Amino acid sequence: MRAIQLTGLGLFLTGFAIFLGSFFIGNYELTEEVLQSRVSDAKKVESFNNHGGEILGSSTSSSFAFVDQLNAVFESVNQAQLSNYGISDAEIEEILNKTASDPVKFSIATIDEVFSGSDEFSIYKAQSFKDYGSWLDGREFSSKEDLRQQIWQTAENVKKYGIVNQFGFDRYQIKDLKYSLAKASLTGPIAENPSLFIWLTYVLCIVGAAMFILSKKKLNGPPGIKNNNIFTSAMHHRGWLGILTGTFLIVFYVFLYFYPEYMTPWITTVDPVSQFLKGSEAGRFFLYGFIYTLCILVMGVRMMIKYRHSKYQMVRTASVMFFQTSLAFLVPEILLRLNKPYFDFKNIWPLDYDFFFDNELNTLIESGGLGIFMLGWGIGLMILGVPLFVYWFGKRWYCSWVCGCGGLAETLGDPYRQLSDKSLKAWKLERFTIHGVLVFAVVMTAAVLYTYWTGNSSFLGIIDSYKIREVYGAWIGAGFAGVIGTGFYPLMGNRVWCRFGCPLAAYLGLIQKFKSRFRITTNGGQCISCGNCSTYCEMGIDVRWYAQRGQNIIRSSCVGCGVCSSVCPRGVLNLEVQNEEGRYNRPVLIGNDSIKVKA
Amino acid sequence: MEMKKIVIIGNGISGITAARHIRKMSDHEITVISAETDHFFSRTALMYIYMGHMKFENTKPYEDWFWEKNRINLVRKFVKNVDTDNKKLEYEGGGSIDYDILILGTGSKSNKFGWPGQDLIGAQGLYNFQDLENLEKNSSGASRAVIVGGGLIGVEMTEMLLSRNIPVTFLVREEHFWSIVFPVEESKMISRHMHEHHVDLRLSTELKEILADENGNVRAAVTNKGEEIKCEIVGLTAGVSPNINFLKDSKVEAERGIMVDEFLETNVPDVYAIGDCAQFRTPLPNRRPIEQVWYTGRMMGETVAHTICKEKTAYKPGIWFNSAKFFDIEYQTYGHVWAQLKEGEETFYWEHQNGKISFRVVFDEQERFVKGFNVMGMRLRHEVCDKWLSERRKVDYVVEHLRDANFDPEFFSKHESEIQASFNNQFPEMRVKVIGKSLLEKILG
Repeated sequence: MRAIQLTGLGLFLTGFAIFLGSFFIGNYELTEEVLQSRVSDAKKVESFNNHGGEILGSSTSSSFAFVDQLNAVFESVNQAQLSNYGISDAEIEEILNKTASDPVKFSIATIDEVFSGSDEFSIYKAQSFKDYGSWLDGREFSSKEDLRQQIWQTAENVKKYGIVNQFGFDRYQIKDLKYSLAKASLTGPIAENPSLFIWLTYVLCIVGAAMFILSKKKLNGPPGIKNNNIFTSAMHHRGWLGILTGTFLIVFYVFLYFYPEYMTPWITTVDPVSQFLKGSEAGRFFLYGFIYTLCILVMGVRMMIKYRHSKYQMVRTASVMFFQTSLAFLVPEILLRLNKPYFDFKNIWPLDYDFFFDNELNTLIESGGLGIFMLGWGIGLMILGVPLFVYWFGKRWYCSWVCGCGGLAETLGDPYRQLSDKSLKAWKLERFTIHGVLVFAVVMTAAVLYTYWTGNSSFLGIIDSYKIREVYGAWIGAGFAGVIGTGFYPLMGNRVWCRFGCPLAAYLGLIQKFKSRFRITTNGGQCISCGNCSTYCEMGIDVRWYAQRGQNIIRSSCVGCGVCSSVCPRGVLNLEVQNEEGRYNRPVLIGNDSIKVKA
Repeated sequence: MEMKKIVIIGNGISGITAARHIRKMSDHEITVISAETDHFFSRTALMYIYMGHMKFENTKPYEDWFWEKNRINLVRKFVKNVDTDNKKLEYEGGGSIDYDILILGTGSKSNKFGWPGQDLIGAQGLYNFQDLENLEKNSSGASRAVIVGGGLIGVEMTEMLLSRNIPVTFLVREEHFWSIVFPVEESKMISRHMHEHHVDLRLSTELKEILADENGNVRAAVTNKGEEIKCEIVGLTAGVSPNINFLKDSKVEAERGIMVDEFLETNVPDVYAIGDCAQFRTPLPNRRPIEQVWYTGRMMGETVAHTICKEKTAYKPGIWFNSAKFFDIEYQTYGHVWAQLKEGEETFYWEHQNGKISFRVVFDEQERFVKGFNVMGMRLRHEVCDKWLSERRKVDYVVEHLRDANFDPEFFSKHESEIQASFNNQFPEMRVKVIGKSLLEKILG
């Protein structure tokens, strides 16, 4: 049995090593054809060719060098176009010279005088200045210096918003192109035979992990809590292995969210799966969803074996495996295949922070009956589903039974649950940050909807609704939920995001706290203060504090995973739904008739 | 209220509970002295530290700032002398402290019955933090351990050593495991379970002698059957007794433990004793003169605090309860289930076919009211059992309403209907209604 376990570990590590190595496999060869298909504007293609012709047809062996070359071309095109179409300092001088001095009064007619040529550039300069600076016409200025400042600013706006966009490549387009050109330019073994790499990486890892996990069932003896040596393990207690794993996860997320152009070999590997499911090639979030689902499935099997003495854990784990595989992964891809909007039926605003973004709303509204149904479904879950289900079952119905983030935390993250901070300080910080993110999400969404209905991007006069959604997306959606939320599993426990950041968890938690039938009951006076419950609480709740004084545990953060009840050696804790009455009980310890004990 | 200087020796569950409750009810100056650790920790969790389930930090029920915030002074010293005439304690290594009221909560020490070789390196009990440190040292590289004494601590120590892959031979003097507490069926269940965990369990076997190597380390244990078992560790877990050596020159009266009346007062005014170290002059009905359980220590702490801060209060524990875990099998008991039925008692026992779950109720033969419960592998609700026992509910009522006492987690297989059917089989004259299984139960098996 030990041999099977070691072989499994060996296979897994081999697969994982090939996966890491495949990041660097392949050459990048950009062809004219790819360029034309990705940059649809023929003039831009021409500029690209003029400024970086040598990149076409040549072969680069690393994604980093390839992206550097692309960056250089974009930069060079932009510079050239700015000097072609932009208004130069000398031309600003000329405008000033042609303006009367006393008083300094600007006339837009001056522009036509200065840019009188009939060449393409002069026409553009005149036209664009009028577009961006017509409001200057007829105005008086205190000095020429003052006017120079205004003209310069106008010229800058033209450069920033006009020229780069029209004749060059703006930062959004650059970001897209870097990724799509790198993806399309990949050549070599992965591009030629991605299926082979699926076998060498994913299949090898799954088989290895399965051998490892299944042999543990035999090695660890009869069913029961088996937390032996967790606090001496390099993986589970911030040892070198844990730190290494955390670092890998953090780096993975940073690439995924911010630098996908470097990870195209990984994305290309899963192209066959994507083709099979939705009939088109994979993107970075397909790769992510694929790995995510595999992790939940494989580690879900581990979870079920580990807690096989507890039917609650078995059923709950089956539930998160089901919801991730179906609603989060397969259904949205199949919807795409059917030309319907991508939709995750179990994602709820404000965790699903872009639910009310204009593009999302428009997509749904334009998709006919199904789209409208999806819109209603999402809103219904948010305003009816959440409060009703939390009232009947507690927040757990979502957080540890349905949610994808929760699903990963309860499976891949289970080995790290003991790392959450139980101190009072951490609890204080948590209440501040999680409700802070909730407020942020509400304000951001309000601003976005305000813009959607009024067309005005300035919400309450101070908030730019485009800026705020971008900030939310980068810092909360990607940074907090992804990089920190999962990357910090081996460092701060498996629920960092759910505990400190998730705005939906905050919303569910508020209802759980004030209006729910759910509580964790303590069994009379049986607690021996051993601390297993607190140690293994992934949300960092000091469960023992309540248990040893005979008090129901009602905490907004409790996700109802039930592990406190599982690890309790004395049968003290039980997750229950009962009448609301008596939920907030006075602490009672049964057993001492000398006095009425108020613990 | 007059401010008094209260000194508590011992920072275990009884001493700390007393300190906390005194603080809740008064502004007395409180000092807790311990030679064992700086802070209160859960003694019952020592095993989990060794097994790597927790760190020492995790076993502390209160964060370190708690003590200062609640004005409870902690002193890490060993008290070598108690001078009750001058109300003064002397520390080993110099220094002293005065008190107005002294509470002794010094706990226990492991029993040693004069076995030859019992003080060798590697022969040890498991009670305090230092024992844990010793075991950590002694067990490194050990090839086998021999555990002596068939009780709770013995099983815990066995479980600990097995978690480090050290094989264990478990010597139990009696014919059945923990036979002073367990009826035969429960005892056999735990024996089977230990075999499942590859424990080399030797019933009716005693330790005769422990042999040393040339360096004074344990080399082998010899049984009364003449077998020599090679081992590096001998776990001496044949019970514990009050830790009161430091009182031998004092005026505080002690026998096996510190003698106290029902108010936990010793023979010396203003000196109380609580927890494992106290011995009642007149034991309460059906209870032992020395109670060495977490819960009783806690209750004595609560009671003495009340006496000191409010009115004089007798220690009056309610219905007995206890619990434990033997490897993977949980055990709970409420009321009194004796190893042998007492006169006029009758019992009903049900065991699941998997041999790991059982339910026992003991009741009065004549009047049929329930006297005690034992459950293995399932959880009962303390509140309900306590109520049934204090209301002297009839056994058929209890069996019929057993679901009310179920404290197993959701989705767990329910056993009430099987228990009820078995009860009807055994006691047809008391036939109870058997509850059906719900749809969900049927689906989940």
